[in-house]
Amino acid sequence: MLSIKNLHVSVGDKPILKGINLEIKAGEIHAIMGPNGSGKSTLSHILSGKSGYTVTAGTATYQGKDLLAMPPEIRAREGVFLAFQYPVEIPGVSNIYLLKAALNSIRKHHGQPEVDAMDFLTLVKGKIRLLEMDEKFLYRAVNEGFSGGEKKRNEILQMAILEPKLCILDETDSGLDIDALKVVAEGVNSLRSTDRAFVMVTHYQRLLDYIKPDFVHVLAQGKIVKSGGAELALELEEKGYSWLEDTQAAA
Amino acid sequence: MITALASRYTAEYPTIAPVLCGQSLSWLQQLRAEALSQFSAQGFPSPREEEWRYTNVSAIEKKLFSPATSIATSAIDKELLKSYQLKDAWSVVLIDGHFSAEFSVLEGLPEAVSVLSMSDALEKQPETLEKYINQAVNNDKHGFIAFNTAWFGDGLFIHIDAKQVLEKPVQILHLATRADVLTATRTVIVADQMAEASIIETFVGLDNAYLSAAVTEVFVGANADVTLYKLQCESEKAYHFGGTYVQQARDARFTHHNFAFGGLLARCDIHADLDHASECELNGLYLGVKRQHIDNHTRINHLKPHGISRELYKGVLDDRARGVFQGRVIVAEDAQKTDSQMNNRNLLLSNDAEADTKPQLEIYADDVKCGHGVTVGQLDEKSIFYLQSRCVDEETARNMLTFAFANEMVDKIKIKDLHDKVLEQVLVRFPQEGVNKEWL
Repeated sequence: MLSIKNLHVSVGDKPILKGINLEIKAGEIHAIMGPNGSGKSTLSHILSGKSGYTVTAGTATYQGKDLLAMPPEIRAREGVFLAFQYPVEIPGVSNIYLLKAALNSIRKHHGQPEVDAMDFLTLVKGKIRLLEMDEKFLYRAVNEGFSGGEKKRNEILQMAILEPKLCILDETDSGLDIDALKVVAEGVNSLRSTDRAFVMVTHYQRLLDYIKPDFVHVLAQGKIVKSGGAELALELEEKGYSWLEDTQAAA
Repeated sequence: MITALASRYTAEYPTIAPVLCGQSLSWLQQLRAEALSQFSAQGFPSPREEEWRYTNVSAIEKKLFSPATSIATSAIDKELLKSYQLKDAWSVVLIDGHFSAEFSVLEGLPEAVSVLSMSDALEKQPETLEKYINQAVNNDKHGFIAFNTAWFGDGLFIHIDAKQVLEKPVQILHLATRADVLTATRTVIVADQMAEASIIETFVGLDNAYLSAAVTEVFVGANADVTLYKLQCESEKAYHFGGTYVQQARDARFTHHNFAFGGLLARCDIHADLDHASECELNGLYLGVKRQHIDNHTRINHLKPHGISRELYKGVLDDRARGVFQGRVIVAEDAQKTDSQMNNRNLLLSNDAEADTKPQLEIYADDVKCGHGVTVGQLDEKSIFYLQSRCVDEETARNMLTFAFANEMVDKIKIKDLHDKVLEQVLVRFPQEGVNKEWL
């Protein structure tokens, strides 16, 4: 589904990603871990099309297409979804409005008619129960005055409704208490399917207790320094990132 | 120079004076005479006055707008009227500055509430009016107020008895139909203690140049609660001066929502004097396109302790439009424990648009909580990216965010029908590719 080859990315003159290689197939869950400043967030931003980054070398191919050449909204319509670390508050736009605008943009992109108003409400109400959110949230302004946990749930709600192919979760566990973490994880787990892939960017292992990854990659200083299965996350939790940085330095 | 120009109006005054309302009332005649002499001496306000520094009204002095002596109802565009008249409300229509019984809807008004045209009220309740007229503007006299006092030909008097809770809002709909007409109206709203009411002032006009000069005085009794909405949608060639002057008694609440959308040059004053533990909330939204100039001047005067005031004004300015916000909060020495917050946010959509903002806090007490914030800027890039990542293209995202910025103020309207009408006016002014009304 996503093939990243030798990706180099800079901000201004400063190289952040220095040759990332990653193959992600449908149905897989990949966790990207790493210390602060390793380039984790840059990777999720560059995949979703945020401006302010320069690709100096390498490629990212999504479903056979050049992902990096597409504007962010086209990526989103093609099925790439970024769950933000810090979801933005948009006073004056209701949640339900944004959901409808987004869903209809996807449908239009695929040559489908606008969603029927009743079908849409049924769909949204079903998903909102899944995330244990109050229906009132739908009519409130996007993320405005939401608690940290509510914002993250709202991201997963959008994901559940838009049904993307490639879900990128950027530090979704940050700022969540344990109950909210469970709800968010259940929401993500309910979306697992053979035709959908997940990239979870996270600093800590705890999210991975609830969402079991197939692969864990450790990012340090702009490169993937180690890849492995779910057990790698546990090892990291135990030994800390310095363990890898030390072994890398030794190598 | 200004006096010479303004004297066109004073020169015409002797022909106008005999037909103005309240001829037989000596106190009113005296007020008018004093106002006329003030106006003759000073004319309309000039940018040399601090509170008018961003707004030059000399264009009004170069023309001569004259009052209508009669109303021609045959010329009324009923569709236009209908598009602004609220369904579930008592409504009073003033055409070219004069009360029209034909178009007003006042059936079922409770006895404890009186709604009378100003000329009627001056005949039937002169003693009551004498207690109120010019009392709320007392400390605020500038050229437009003097002009209005001398020239007003009609207007409205609304009196809500103590403890009355008005179940439906009262709408005052001003419609200007003629070119070069002057509509000078004086409205007095009195809510006695513990009364509650919502009142809407709507200003519209046909596609002409004209001058609306409206002064509204509001007296909110002890523990009474008045919400006043103003929807200013004058024609794009019109001049508008609207002053709202409020006296709040102890524990009185006053909320104002100011939607300043129309006019070539529009100026709005909202001034409130607060007593012990009064609460005052001022909300405003001004939208300027083309060469519109829209000026808002607010003043909240905390005179006694424990008052609360909240103020949020937002402006969206496109093309060569200019928006002005001058907000003053005064906390008197005696007004300890005052809690006041004032904010003004401006969104500039073009390089030629301009926002002038001047918040002022004047605090003479030492135990108060007062703050203010001002922003002038463009749309937030983070928000644009967030929407793009949710499938929305950049231009639509910009439109949505512009709309959202304004819509925050529209969403504060508690009357559904009015909410929808104001929303419509916002959408008309900023054609929003991608803002789907059916989805809102």
